[in-house]
Amino acid sequence: MSSFEETGPSTPVTEGIRVDKVKPRARLGKRVRALIVVIVAIILLVPVAVMVMTAFKSRSDVVSVPPKVLFEPTVEGLVFLLTERSQMGEAALQEAMANTEDLNLFERVALENGQRINGPSDFLRRLRNSIIIAFGATIASVTLGLFAAYGFSRFEVPGANDLLFFILSGRMLPAVVVTIPIFLMYRQLGLHDTHAGMILVYTVFNLSLTVWLLKGFIDEIPKEYEEAAMVDGYSRFQAFYKIVVPQAATGIAATTVFSLIFVWNEYAFALMLTSENARTAPPAIATMLGRGGIEWSAIAAGTLAFLIPVLIVIFAMRKHLLRGVTFGAIRQ
Amino acid sequence: MAQIELRQVEKRFGDFQAVQPIDLTIEDGEFVVLLGPSGCGKTTTLRMISGLEAVSGGKIFIGDRDVTWRDPADRDIAFVFQLYALYPHMTVEKNIIFPLEAEKASKEVIQSRLKHVVDLLQIKHILRQKPGSLSGGDKQRVALGRALVRKPSVFLMDEPLGALDADFRETMRAEIRKLHIAENATTVYVTHDQVEAMAMGDRIVVMSDAVVQQVGTPHDVYYDPSNLFVARFIGSPGMNLVEGAYSDGMVHLPGDNQYDVPDRWRPALEKHLSGENVILGFRPEGAHANETGELSAEVYASDLHGAFNMMHVALEEENVDAVVHIRGERGSGHEIGDDIRFNLDSEMVRFFDPVTEQAILLEATS
Repeated sequence: MSSFEETGPSTPVTEGIRVDKVKPRARLGKRVRALIVVIVAIILLVPVAVMVMTAFKSRSDVVSVPPKVLFEPTVEGLVFLLTERSQMGEAALQEAMANTEDLNLFERVALENGQRINGPSDFLRRLRNSIIIAFGATIASVTLGLFAAYGFSRFEVPGANDLLFFILSGRMLPAVVVTIPIFLMYRQLGLHDTHAGMILVYTVFNLSLTVWLLKGFIDEIPKEYEEAAMVDGYSRFQAFYKIVVPQAATGIAATTVFSLIFVWNEYAFALMLTSENARTAPPAIATMLGRGGIEWSAIAAGTLAFLIPVLIVIFAMRKHLLRGVTFGAIRQ
Repeated sequence: MAQIELRQVEKRFGDFQAVQPIDLTIEDGEFVVLLGPSGCGKTTTLRMISGLEAVSGGKIFIGDRDVTWRDPADRDIAFVFQLYALYPHMTVEKNIIFPLEAEKASKEVIQSRLKHVVDLLQIKHILRQKPGSLSGGDKQRVALGRALVRKPSVFLMDEPLGALDADFRETMRAEIRKLHIAENATTVYVTHDQVEAMAMGDRIVVMSDAVVQQVGTPHDVYYDPSNLFVARFIGSPGMNLVEGAYSDGMVHLPGDNQYDVPDRWRPALEKHLSGENVILGFRPEGAHANETGELSAEVYASDLHGAFNMMHVALEEENVDAVVHIRGERGSGHEIGDDIRFNLDSEMVRFFDPVTEQAILLEATS
């Protein structure tokens, strides 16, 4: 430092001192921020942790007060979730207890509770319905929304603002308000309790979200890119899917996740418009509450299973959800 | 290679006339610059040629084909955008061959064209990079490469150097000129920078307020501007323009100055002036300081431009219309506040009608 002071001009020296002062403070700020993030994450994850633990608790552990943090994990919840069972009489129970070697894990767990497994429950079918309907409706609403958003963004649509407002108005009434008229219509049209009917209603309901979200993202893509592609010998549609779609990937991913989460969690329509064939997981989980005592561990196991598909999608899209990947090439 | 012809091409946006009907023929292999201040319609004209903007009237021909209603893709053109418009999700190489993929060119053709362009622009080292990480100059080279690779019949460039640093602009200007000579493609180049236009254009189309003001070689628009707008717009500073009353071969200028109009100009002035007044125009280099000069003025500012001084002199005190700029030799010793006398080079003087704002033409009388 001293030799620098002897040879160098005075201004860089003071700058050097200032930089030295700033650095540790910045580092400290970073640590504090990281700490806050960790704390917030822990608070937010407590309900999830409780749910995961509950899914693996035995009947008695679930309701114990204070709640047990350390417990012996069982698959009871899973068995209750996935099977239909009936209570066995005393004699039958004695007989079954005698030769447990022939029983599989599920049957043994049921037997410990004095129950016999009659067959699989319909939970997996509900979950499959949820997947078909949620993914179908999301793909449809994002695809249609992408075209509509591109049109509104790039062309002079007569009355564009009124149309956009009209599209938005589709979301202004709460689902509960419109379920009854839709129920009546669906019954007439034969769409009640069908996958197609559910995909249709969710697509329509989600379109306002996807059109508005995607329009914002497409507006940010300079139109010069497509113009360049069109001059380079491509049609407008080719320019759209070769240039606009890759650059809107972030927006499309975000919109897909929003749309998917909405449909996945939707309860009111699902309750009213489905009964057996197309019933999705949310109303099915809720009805578990009613049958012969509350099986909390089964409900928790169901919720856990219900969480996994969405987690996988979000995890798969995490790269695109980070903004700024494709930005910044037109000017600097 | 092709000729471009505009016939009564115009553009309206609602009630706003963005481009008044233009007739213009750009010869095969010619480098034409559309020059004008922002909002004058030059970019709109270029976009109409490209097909990115539909015409409101008139016809456009490229070669012998009427392309007025053809898609941009069918016009056999290349467009270089001001902000490059390189596709950010593709590498430089992908960007350059993108137009060839549209034609479904064979691998061999793609490779040989790519090599040609890469060698021409010397961008081999950045082929694998994405545009986001490039410097402005490299982006510009890639944009030029993408335009060149297809060997289009027409190049359209919309202020391609506008986003570059000043010192680098000179280099790229020379590169574009060199490319033009090498490829000999018909080029239409839009800029608001008159220095760039003068340096690059075979011909310059000066536009203002949606109207073509003058079409001519750089020499024409500099020395023989067709009206007051062109006279002011071309040159830095523009042409000196001083209004005075004309009578009997003399122009009575502010500050009791009299200018003796050269004999050959007198018949034209007498025939064409619509009023009593005339505007005398001359370039800064057309004035020579001289002890016994015809005109007198007071120096109120002087700045060094390297090889010469630009002196700002007032023919009359406190009259902003009577300020002219003249060139002085370095170290000519004129201080601020000095009186100065100067002569005008009789070859360099021009006259304008203050009513019509048009230049008075010498040829008209002969």
